[in-house]
Amino acid sequence: MKWTPALLLVFASPLLQAEPGAALQTLTAVGPEGRGNAEAGPAWAAVVKEGPAALGAVLKAMEGANPLAANWLGSAAETIGDQALAAGKALPVDELKTVILDVKKAGRARVTAFDLLHRADGAAADALVPGFLSDPNPELRRSAVAKLLTAAKAAKEKAEIVAACRKALEGATDADQVKELAETLEKNGEKVNLPRHFGFLMGWQVIGPFDNSGRRGFDTVFPPETEIKPDAAYPGKSGEVKWQSFTSKDDYGQIDFNKPYGLIKEVTGYATTTFDSATERTAEVRLGCKNAWKVWLNGQLLFSRDEYHRGAEIDQYKLPCRLKAGKNTLLVKLCQNEQTETWTAEWQFQLRLSDDTGRALLSTDRNADQ
Amino acid sequence: MKSRHLLRILFTLALPAAVHADWRQFRGPDATGATSEAGAAPSKLAVAWSAELPGRGLSSPIVLGDKVFVTAASGPKQDRLHLFCFNTVDGKKIWERQLRATGRTMCQEKTCVAAPTPCTDGTSVFIQYSSNDVAAFDLKGNLFWFRGLTSDYPNASNSLGMASSLVVAGGTLVVMVENDSESFTAGLDVKTGVNRWKLSRPKAANWTSPVLFQNAVALQSSKGLLGIDPATGSPLWNYEDGASTIPSSAASGEVLFVPSRGLTALKPGKSGGSPEQLWRVENMNPATASPLVLGDRVYIVNGTGVLQPADVKTGERFWKLRLAGPASGSPVGAGTSIVFAAEKGVVQLIDTTAPEGAVAAEVDLKETLLCTPALSGGAAYVRSDKHLWKLN
Repeated sequence: MKWTPALLLVFASPLLQAEPGAALQTLTAVGPEGRGNAEAGPAWAAVVKEGPAALGAVLKAMEGANPLAANWLGSAAETIGDQALAAGKALPVDELKTVILDVKKAGRARVTAFDLLHRADGAAADALVPGFLSDPNPELRRSAVAKLLTAAKAAKEKAEIVAACRKALEGATDADQVKELAETLEKNGEKVNLPRHFGFLMGWQVIGPFDNSGRRGFDTVFPPETEIKPDAAYPGKSGEVKWQSFTSKDDYGQIDFNKPYGLIKEVTGYATTTFDSATERTAEVRLGCKNAWKVWLNGQLLFSRDEYHRGAEIDQYKLPCRLKAGKNTLLVKLCQNEQTETWTAEWQFQLRLSDDTGRALLSTDRNADQ
Repeated sequence: MKSRHLLRILFTLALPAAVHADWRQFRGPDATGATSEAGAAPSKLAVAWSAELPGRGLSSPIVLGDKVFVTAASGPKQDRLHLFCFNTVDGKKIWERQLRATGRTMCQEKTCVAAPTPCTDGTSVFIQYSSNDVAAFDLKGNLFWFRGLTSDYPNASNSLGMASSLVVAGGTLVVMVENDSESFTAGLDVKTGVNRWKLSRPKAANWTSPVLFQNAVALQSSKGLLGIDPATGSPLWNYEDGASTIPSSAASGEVLFVPSRGLTALKPGKSGGSPEQLWRVENMNPATASPLVLGDRVYIVNGTGVLQPADVKTGERFWKLRLAGPASGSPVGAGTSIVFAAEKGVVQLIDTTAPEGAVAAEVDLKETLLCTPALSGGAAYVRSDKHLWKLN
């Protein structure tokens, strides 16, 4: 969109009168702990007042915007859409389509554009959905998977059902959709290798138990945090402890410490494994866990959390990281607390590596059947 | 009974919209469940209108003048955060705004991301979600400010879901973000959302909401009840005998009724220190619902859905009335009426003047109700995951 002098004359905001795009710059400048909020409020109103003509610039401003700024910008775009449609004004449909179809643009901008297109011209938006199956944006991808799931449910022939599900699985990364697809395929005689699909890391070396009395183990630096020596032995909570192999047999990659160590409480365990990356790249460690935990990658602490038994799910925590080319070492610390209720028995985690949209990354040394 | 209802209807009809008291936050004007507006409660629970909602929510509606505001969360991960503004007269949507969660949205199945109730100071509407995203809009829907508190404080979350609601006191928005890990309550500047103060709090999951009490805001936790100055976050008084982490306290005059070892009546002193304990009834246990003070009685709803009043001065208990079932929301009241929303979808109007209490009216909305009703202008507003209703 062009910020013409004629348009600027009607702006109430000094921000926009002073400099086209200044209001958008104000919105993209917001930061942690409310930084920039005082200026962003008037800027948001000024941008919204521009109406549909500003949509292209608002969506463009989302490129590289932090999640806080993306909220200001996304909300402005949606409000512009609301007000325009309520007033019977047209939205720039072709411009929205261009944004949606450019996979290099910011995911939030593309989803916002898709939402607006859907409201302006639902049929045009729906027609784009099948093309999203391999889209880098997980929300758009999900819509394509959902369409194939609907087709699979409507199909009567087994071959049609299987074909639709297999195709959907190519794009599915959300656990609920993958589970539904896997179950449908299983009913039709097809097995899905779920650990491979998600990229769960199944083979680990584990050591424990160390002490976690009074939950003090979480902050205690036990030897595996300073060295990983496969043949080492250390004093544990109730005797000498050594590393041992543990391979998960669980479809969802649970590494269950209760299996090698029994149902014990107030203990700490560690698990380590390696991941071979073909290239240096950005990635996410994705963890599901209801115990207190810490995760290190190549000796660097990615995150730690001391919450016990409030719940766990796939991809509960997304830890951005950078993989180096070749062997990367992961270390997980897992603490079990003192609670004795039956729902506090779990002492386990599930971990996978993915790109930042949830698509699995597989270690280059992972066997084809794993 | 009929004549009293008729009088109430006539009185309500005679009131212009402007004199209706607002219901500005969770559990009403003082965040204690009751309003002093004489005609606030409905008379029949007839459905005046309903409006569709696009996603889950157990937050309460709030009412300001002729506007009712309600939040919801949609999408497979409940990361689309909605705020709606409806007209109280006809239920027409005036505006809707949407934000995206920047914090974790994982919740236990029964609760949801739109659990905390919004609040208003009369010029802005403040919203909070389980993801600890907090924002302010003006009454026309203009975004004033936005905070991602889990973005700022990455271990501030609860994998079961957060539920504390907001209160505004003076120029400070009090936001409880209390959990097992990075646990705090913050006072945010209502104009910018910037921290005025941030207070470390007990590392324990906590779903209670702050209560306005005299010049203080009372923060409840497993440790007890802490009175703070909302302008600075400084402690004013402290009760340390433990308290529930689900139902919140109620207040009336100089006394707080705290879900602590049953129900405990406390009178904080003006010079700080420990509040004076006036009485305690150990087997009077509010379940999820918070207690309600109406007139000279404090009411609780226990885990099986039984309503029971006690004398506010002595704790002496009176009748018991079995309601339509357990509730996740709290009873609210005005005059001599209590409105109660049972989880199974039945809303009941309780006449507290009947010798044993009596259900004066009820309506089955046939959807799960987990919210606390809002009362204003002779109407109750309740919501499900799918609808907002006005009952009058």
